[in-house]
Amino acid sequence: MAEVVVFVVFAFAALAGAFVMLLARNPVYSAIGLLTTMFSIAVFYVLLDAHFVAAIQVIIYTGAVMTLFMFVIMMIGVDRDEDTSERIPYQRPIGIVLAVGFAAVIVAAGSGAWVTGSASFATPDLNGTIEAVADELFGTWTIPFLGTVFLLTIAALGTIALARYGPTGPRPIDDGEGRT
Amino acid sequence: MSGLELLIVAGIKVIAAFAFLVLTVLVLVWVERRVVAFMQNRYGPNRAGPGGILQTLADGLKLFFKESMTPRKAQFLLYIAAPVLAVVTALLVFLVIPIGAPVTIGDTTYTLQVTDLNVGVLYILAISSLGVYAVALAGWSSGSKYPLLGSVRSAAQMISYEAALGLALVPVIMFSRTTSLAGIVEAQSGTFGGFLPAWNIVLLPSFVIFLIAGFAETNRAPFDLVEAEQEIVGGYHTEYSGMRFAFFFLAEYINLFNMAALTATFFLGGWNGPVFGPTWLQYLLPVVWFLIKSWAVVFLFIWARGTLPRIRYDQLMAFGWKRLIPVSLVWIMLAMVAIGVRRFGLPWA
Repeated sequence: MAEVVVFVVFAFAALAGAFVMLLARNPVYSAIGLLTTMFSIAVFYVLLDAHFVAAIQVIIYTGAVMTLFMFVIMMIGVDRDEDTSERIPYQRPIGIVLAVGFAAVIVAAGSGAWVTGSASFATPDLNGTIEAVADELFGTWTIPFLGTVFLLTIAALGTIALARYGPTGPRPIDDGEGRT
Repeated sequence: MSGLELLIVAGIKVIAAFAFLVLTVLVLVWVERRVVAFMQNRYGPNRAGPGGILQTLADGLKLFFKESMTPRKAQFLLYIAAPVLAVVTALLVFLVIPIGAPVTIGDTTYTLQVTDLNVGVLYILAISSLGVYAVALAGWSSGSKYPLLGSVRSAAQMISYEAALGLALVPVIMFSRTTSLAGIVEAQSGTFGGFLPAWNIVLLPSFVIFLIAGFAETNRAPFDLVEAEQEIVGGYHTEYSGMRFAFFFLAEYINLFNMAALTATFFLGGWNGPVFGPTWLQYLLPVVWFLIKSWAVVFLFIWARGTLPRIRYDQLMAFGWKRLIPVSLVWIMLAMVAIGVRRFGLPWA
């Protein structure tokens, strides 16, 4: 019973956060909306007894990613008005069609049995969520996991390369003390 | 235990934890002012109550009756939400800290922590990363330039040092083989060679990195750039007054005590210590050990504030990213090698 109440409250919070994120005129409120959604998703993980995933969700998405968002929004100035004119033709009709299609896929998936989860997680061992995740990650899925690690490293290196090197060679770096 | 019993026990524990923290802050603020005063050859508050111990209460009452002003350009909703968020996140961290050995009354054993989470360490990191928002939002929603500068500084500082804080805990988790705080304390019971307590302080680099990052996370000297009075007035809480300011003040000191309690739990053996005497004393002594260790770390924090000058902003960033994080990464690798050698023996043996 308590689980249902918590789920309903945070389901509405997640949806409300998503709407605020889309509709808010001020980018800071958009960030707060996204933050609410991320946090609500972490609560869903707790309800599913996936405590480890919930903690990671909060640390990475709610903590690190959203803090960086906020930081960037504050740095570039929140008072500047955003250009909200739409440049892509027929953006709204296409968006509506895609949204309806997505909803149809969700409904279709929801009626299938496979989204209800595999039977092995029916009675999760509360003291073993970290161990269970670690076993899967470093046992069964080691190679895909390492592949993901390489992908992320390449992405990080690419970001640095794009920021550091212009078309004419390396850009000078300011070390924060006025020297380059 | 039945569901209702669980609920009642949890309720009592939460209220007890809240009362404990508020009382701790009441004493903590007075201790800090007195100790810093003595370090600076002053008396400090010594009028209200014996030795001035009621000074914090008096200040709190004064703030309670003061007007809470709101700047005209403030974003009101976030402006009043920020102090609440600050206190809530500060209180939440304490929930998983064990302050004493489990107590058995009748047939039931009660742990002296509100709840023992299997992912305790990650929970603490998660909640403290939420604490950044209180400061960032307070600064931005005030609609004033000094608070905004303070909050931008704090966001940068807390992201940077949170990484070092988390990395410093990795060797502790690896040696304790658990992320539950009760488990980490348990792993530190016993002795090395019969006389040295088996505390995690032997992981000295971790301890030092954690402590330094702790100074930065709690925004205290020498890392108090967030509220550097000489540069940006009061930082993120410049525009707050009355109870709203009191909330930030409360949160700040709860965070300080939390950080000290966490240091004691992770590195100084938590509530472990010699226990003797009748049963009630055996339950009381671990709490006493825990408090002594925590307050020793608190004193260290105050001592640093009375001794060290504030560092420059670029020094702060360079120290965090170019020294602290690389050192903790190297230390994690060394710890891994040590664990590997202990488990599998030397590679050439």
